Formats: sequence, structure tokens, C-alpha cells
Amino acid sequence: MFTGQQIAASFAELGVTHVVYLPDSTLGTWEAEFSRSTQFELVRVCREGEAWVVAAGLHLGGQRPIVVIQSTGLFESGDALRNVLYDLKLPLWSLIGYRSYLLPNSTDSAKRFCEPILKAWDLDYALIERPDQLPQIVGHLRACAEQGKPGVVLFAEGKG
Amino acid sequence: MTQPSTVGTDSVLPRMPLLTALEVLRDVRRDEIVVTTMGSAREWPKLSQHPLDFQFLPSAMGHSPMLGLGLALAQPQREVIAFNGDGGMLMGLSSLVSIVASGAKNLTVIVLDNGLYEVTGGQATAGVAARCDFTGMAVAAGFPSVSRYDGLDVWRAAAGKLLQQPGPRFVQLRIAPVGAEYHLPAPTPIVDRIAKFRAALGVK
Repeated sequence: MFTGQQIAASFAELGVTHVVYLPDSTLGTWEAEFSRSTQFELVRVCREGEAWVVAAGLHLGGQRPIVVIQSTGLFESGDALRNVLYDLKLPLWSLIGYRSYLLPNSTDSAKRFCEPILKAWDLDYALIERPDQLPQIVGHLRACAEQGKPGVVLFAEGKG
Repeated sequence: MTQPSTVGTDSVLPRMPLLTALEVLRDVRRDEIVVTTMGSAREWPKLSQHPLDFQFLPSAMGHSPMLGLGLALAQPQREVIAFNGDGGMLMGLSSLVSIVASGAKNLTVIVLDNGLYEVTGGQATAGVAARCDFTGMAVAAGFPSVSRYDGLDVWRAAAGKLLQQPGPRFVQLRIAPVGAEYHLPAPTPIVDRIAKFRAALGVK
């Protein structure tokens, strides 16, 4: 739906300093652009749960990170997410790939549980499912930051 | 096949008193950021009230090295020391790889290894039965400086030079359980702790 250049430009507009990242087959297509960026650093982690805590340390240290992971990684992240978003009350940003959302007949359990999990965690998310919604990435995350709360961009995946 | 017991062998090796082992580091600490969690968050504040201490509570088991990594990347001009328990380290072994991959040189992970899940009452970790070699895993992950100390004399002799070694650094301290004193204190409000910590870092 979007090129890495478009996503990187959105992150640059937000003043993102670090992209804390574990790819999937959609998010991974942005990696070359992320690696080339002079606006932010790319931080690779091994588990998505690590990403939230690295982002927390970056935020405490005065930086502006964003976590970029797939929805399955959101499921893996539970305890770390609880810790940094609720115990530490840090208004972190994330972009989460919504696996199989654009496949109407998919029985992928990752698709079934993604939004219920976000709602259970009481996370404010904007679902991006069409190309004309690109400006919402900046708009939603900026609005969440102004309200001092975490913001999630839920990025529909499933088609090229 | 019957596996040999490792608990008996492990128990005869020396272990340091936790508070004394931490005192060694307190005595050589200058202006490093120190992240504590679980048992270290209980003991370190008895020795230090430095503005760059961050007590990572409540309930952050296994997360300390990653918070330390984020701080190290955010503040590359500062050294960061992140304490972890052995149980917490076992929960997040992949963090060793992420730390090395990040390229951060200004981070030291110190594992306080007592072989137990101490704050839950002293149950054994799987690492004891597995004869887990933390330093071997740190070497395999690519840490350029890896060390293990079983006794106070050698730890005391080495601590002052620790941060002169190439980073990131991994240190395993074999420490004795604290017995009935394992309960964690109620932390002060996190909003206050974060505000003071960020002010000490010069972050608005």
C-alpha cells in the first residue's frame, strides 16, 4: 500500500529518532529505506517484547522512538507492553502490521485476535486500510502524543 | 537416562553476599546510569540514592537489559549499568543478541546469579539443573567483554577496571540468596521517579 519512502517520510515528519523493529513480509519491504534514513536509526530486536522496553529506555533518555512490529508480535509483547505503557505510563508510538486483514476469507487466527487484543489493552489505534489514509499515520500519532497517551497505527496487510 | 544432579555441585561453589557485592560496585560507581529491577531494586537503594539510579519497578522481570539498551542508545555519552537476575536473564536470553546487534558500546549487563526465583520465595530456576553457562552464552552472542566472579576478593579487584573494557560488557556475579528478606518494597510513584530521573539526565 505504501512505499518505505512514504513511511520513512511520515516518521521524519513526526520527529522519530529510532525505529525499533522486527519485520514481517510487508514491513520488511520498507527496511532498505529505513536503513538509509538519516532522520532516524533502525534498532533491530530479536523478540517484539524487547522492542517496547528498548523504546521505553529511548523515551526516558529523551528520544522519540516508534515500535514497528507485526500483530503476532503484539501478542508476544503482552508483559512488556503492560510494563512500559501502564506501569511506567509512557506514551510510546507503534505501527503494527495487521496480518491477513486484507484477505476477506482468511481464517488466520492472527486476524481474529488483533483488534480485540488492542481493545483489551485499551490502546488508541487508527486502522490504515487504504492508500488515501497515509496522512492519518502522522495525524493519529501526533494526536495521541498531545494527549500524553500511547498511539498505535494498525496497518492492514495481506495484499501486495 | 538419569542426568547427574547439578544442584549439589553448584551449592559447593562460592557465592558472595548480595549487599556486599553491590557495595563493591557502589564504591567505584561515578556518574553511570544504574538500572535495577527485582532483587537489585530491593538492595541497591540501601546503598545508593544517586539521581541516575532508575528503580525499574513494579514487575519488570527480565526487562532491565532492554531498558538499559534504550538508555544507552539515547545517551551515548553516558555509561549504563543494567542489573538483571538469573531468572530474568533466562526469560530474555535473546536480549544479549539484540544488545550486540545494536552497536551500543556503553552498556554493562550485570547478572546477579543466585540460582533462584528469589522474590517468589526461592524456587530453583531451570538454569541450575541445565548447568546454564551465562558467560558462555554472552560470548556466543558476541559480547566483547565477559566475566564471572564467584568471590568478593576477585570482584573487588576487578570492579574498578570494569568500564575500561570494551563494551558492551557482560558480568555474572554469583551471589547468595537473601533468605526471608526477599520481599520487594512498594516503589515510590513512577511518575515522580521518572520525572527525577529525566531531570538528572537533562531531558525535558
